[in-house]
Amino acid sequence: MFITYNPFAGLAAYGITPGMMQIFVVLAVVAVALGVILDVLHKKSAVYFNEHTERMKKLATRQLSSSEKTSMLVQTILNEVLTSSEFHNPKRRIAHLLKMYGFIIFVISSAVLIFFYPTSESAGIWAILWRIGAIMLAVGGWWFFTKLRVDVLAEGKKWYKLARADMFIVSLLGVSTFGLLWCFFQGVVGSAGLGLLFFVLFLISAVVLFGGVYWSKFAHMFFKPAAAYQKRILMADGSRENLPPFYRRAEVLDQSTMDLVRDIPADQKFGLCIMKDEPNHY
Amino acid sequence: MPTFVYMTRCDGCGYCVDVCPSDIMHIDTTWRRAYNIEPDMCWECYSCVKACPMHAIDVRGYADFCPLGHAVRVHRDEEEGIIAWRIKFRGGRIKDLVAPITTKPWGKFIPDLKQVPAPTKEQRESQLLFNEPKYIRLDDGDLYTLESQGLKMRQGVYY
Repeated sequence: MFITYNPFAGLAAYGITPGMMQIFVVLAVVAVALGVILDVLHKKSAVYFNEHTERMKKLATRQLSSSEKTSMLVQTILNEVLTSSEFHNPKRRIAHLLKMYGFIIFVISSAVLIFFYPTSESAGIWAILWRIGAIMLAVGGWWFFTKLRVDVLAEGKKWYKLARADMFIVSLLGVSTFGLLWCFFQGVVGSAGLGLLFFVLFLISAVVLFGGVYWSKFAHMFFKPAAAYQKRILMADGSRENLPPFYRRAEVLDQSTMDLVRDIPADQKFGLCIMKDEPNHY
Repeated sequence: MPTFVYMTRCDGCGYCVDVCPSDIMHIDTTWRRAYNIEPDMCWECYSCVKACPMHAIDVRGYADFCPLGHAVRVHRDEEEGIIAWRIKFRGGRIKDLVAPITTKPWGKFIPDLKQVPAPTKEQRESQLLFNEPKYIRLDDGDLYTLESQGLKMRQGVYY
């Protein structure tokens, strides 16, 4: 049955053994680890975050307890990591969640299929999860790529104009889309030629995705949570990255700067600012 | 003082690209982060500084009067309708300013000109424009002064 068909089992027809697939997965993990380390060394991001933390410590007005830090770590995991709360654009947030969870499901199910069901034509729930992950990744990815990418949304460029910054999303799209097409043509249509074509494209995408970590933004999934946690700490310890203190409207009504707008009717005094208006210049 | 972007804070949302009236805030093609492509052409309106939800845009001072070590930071709070600025001088002196956000959605609070009385002959011949800010009008009881408006100088306003 197509829905539980394991595409990796059909690779034997192309002379690819389970051992070769398993070596590929191990190499991919090593490549990601190496790529992240090289990325950190090259961009000096760890050094920067450390220096920034030290600089901000001097501005801190209070010391955070270990329970507060633990609470912030939990909040970071719940908000920034699990629900992508840092995105202010809800569409971008939904697309990111689709891509993130799709990628996780897709990668885990691929590893399970390769290591535990490399020759089984039917792989039950893991084959279904592999499809669900790929579909989520493709839907979120294509939505982001064609509509939500800042080049398209703000810069007004055509969606098919590519730059180096697109390496990560294009390789994700390749892995998910070509993976689904390979599975479909190999398992349902039974077309060995088209199946092989899409498998080769899938393989190239996977090599670019896992082997190109140093050049792509793959590493963001490791340092973004750390940056979000650091930001929470800096906001809570009073250093606030040099930002002004938090004001309530009622507290500032008698401030001198409010004199400038005292002739404006009360209902017009406090606007909603630019974020409430969608830009419509394209 | 033109603006610049802390690329480690920017998440490439593109709000600054949308809002920049000089069209000089753009997205870097390698890292997909915003940057000011031409600081010399910056109007210094600080729309991008105010628009950035990640507080990633700051102001670069001219070297002759604020060489290094200064910061101009802003926090825009839409729930409260308040925009707060912190100017940090090189010597560590800090000035906090707070103001209401007065930007309105397009099409709202446009004056209904039909309801406005026609201008008098003197008004027509005046150098002043319609809706000239009240603070610079001379035909409305002379210039607005602190005394005439019942205001007084407060700490933090003067240097």
